[in-house]
Amino acid sequence: MATYSGSLYRRRQIGSAIALTLCGIATVLGLVFLVWILWTTLIHGLSALSPSLLTEMTPPPGEDGGGLANAFMGSLLMVVLAVIIGTPIGVLAGTYLSEFARGKKIGEAIRFVNDILLSAPSIIIGLFVYEVVVRPTSRFSGFAGGIALAFIFLPVVVRTTDEMLRLVPDVMREAALSLGIPRWKVTLNVLYRAASTGILTGILLAIARISGETAPLLFTALNNQYWSLDMSQPMANIPVVIFQFAMSPYEQWQNLAWAGAFVMTAVVLILSVVSRSVLNRKGGK
Amino acid sequence: MSEALASLPADTAGVKRRDGAAGDRIFYWIVLGCGLFVLAVLLAAAISMAMGGLLAFRTFGFGFLTGTEWDPVAEQFAGLVPIYGTLVTSALAMIIGVPVSLGIAVFITEVAPRSIRGPIGGAVELLAGIPSIIYGMWGLFTFAPFMSDYIQPVLIDWLGPIPLIGALFSGAPLGIGMLTSGIVLAIMIIPFISSVMRDVFLVVPAQLKESAYALGSTKWEVVRDIVIPHTRTAVVGGIFLGLGRALGETMAVTFVLGNTHNIAVSLMEPGTSIAATLANEFAEASDDLYRSSLAALGLILFVVTFIVLAAAKLMLVRMAKQRGE
Repeated sequence: MATYSGSLYRRRQIGSAIALTLCGIATVLGLVFLVWILWTTLIHGLSALSPSLLTEMTPPPGEDGGGLANAFMGSLLMVVLAVIIGTPIGVLAGTYLSEFARGKKIGEAIRFVNDILLSAPSIIIGLFVYEVVVRPTSRFSGFAGGIALAFIFLPVVVRTTDEMLRLVPDVMREAALSLGIPRWKVTLNVLYRAASTGILTGILLAIARISGETAPLLFTALNNQYWSLDMSQPMANIPVVIFQFAMSPYEQWQNLAWAGAFVMTAVVLILSVVSRSVLNRKGGK
Repeated sequence: MSEALASLPADTAGVKRRDGAAGDRIFYWIVLGCGLFVLAVLLAAAISMAMGGLLAFRTFGFGFLTGTEWDPVAEQFAGLVPIYGTLVTSALAMIIGVPVSLGIAVFITEVAPRSIRGPIGGAVELLAGIPSIIYGMWGLFTFAPFMSDYIQPVLIDWLGPIPLIGALFSGAPLGIGMLTSGIVLAIMIIPFISSVMRDVFLVVPAQLKESAYALGSTKWEVVRDIVIPHTRTAVVGGIFLGLGRALGETMAVTFVLGNTHNIAVSLMEPGTSIAATLANEFAEASDDLYRSSLAALGLILFVVTFIVLAAAKLMLVRMAKQRGE
């Protein structure tokens, strides 16, 4: 009897060891793919980097040389536009959720919808902006691209603002209000100041997210082969250029796509790692 | 959360002050407006897409969902092929991604020494930060050749001759296709699913686990019989969150799916998905019916992902409420 239960225990032990080993293998697998993807981008990207990347325009098909200057500029302009539109609306909507909607049904509804928007397919946002901006104005434009990015930017900011303001202790609100300061001043001068690091890193996180977005730009900003600062016209941008160049049969285009991909990934990862580490430190306390 | 503060109406907070009351009221309306704007965005997106797709639905009726024809020249459009591609690639992504995510979450919370938990968790989250177009490029230039050289020939040789499931693994090792897309999608959604699982595994009460250990359970038995049942709702919520991502993911799939409008039994064959069709064809769709058909596809994707994400959110909220009590 003793040997029987002993062997059963042994069998369970072995089963456990096998299952946990499989878990370890799954983790290794995940890390292998991470390293593989980053390595590919690094190798292809570094070998394609050159000074002309930042000084020359996107080349016509089959031609040597050329860079991505117009695409970098276009991306920058659209991201800036998205930040300008998205930050005030996002911060204020987050303020509403955390300060005025506690326990209200409408607050729950907005938070719910915001979380849906946060994970909604970005190509849907592109389609939406196409219908409401591109179609009425009947042209693809940098404005449309920036607005599409703003809709992806917005939910991230709403969420982090909401969370960061809720981390501010109620004692601070009560102390400030008991001095007779109106609520809007308390929010602006006390709460925003207390939560500023968190809100700022949330904005950085959102910038990281929209910098790599491709799908919504495909039919809002489209592309432009020339240097253009006119946001009412179609505008070059890094993600769409990478998409077109990578899918093309020309080797020079593919090299440029890798160089662009490398720069974009580096920017996005640095932004998101920095903002995440700050957020984690704040949230952990 | 202080209840007193919550019940305090915004416009009475500074009622005695000259500037206070008016300022507060204005501030309240501004933030309320911004909050409602978020609500309005979703509605506007749904309405605009429904209007955009109206022409296609009116022209083709219910057949739009069941037909397989996609011929811009003849102006015949039906959505079954991209819908099928979306469902198959997402299903593959879930079949591969869910067990791996579960493994990673269990490894981080139960197996790994405390000192390496943080770095591994951070590395997996890094995967989530990589732009999806990078997955696409990597998939097309590095992973697809790897698949066609090493993985697909083996699958075709070993699984192809088996009756029934053999049909899934027949054909030429092209590299691109449903299977490759499914794997790339799986890699993309693993960070989302595993981080949800990890977060909820961490809050399982220690007493529950300790009592199971005290009864002589092995580590895996504790995970299987205590941790997972206890967190079931949130785990399913996390899986749905991943599914929502997989259904709507565009760039990664566009690169490796092949973008051909055909339905094949074999997973090696190229196909197309809703998102890939939109990405490839929308900017070039010149006439109204073509564009409307694409918008109609977008609407279908929107409705499906909305349902999936809403379900995910509801399950995660329920879990968070349980935790709060």
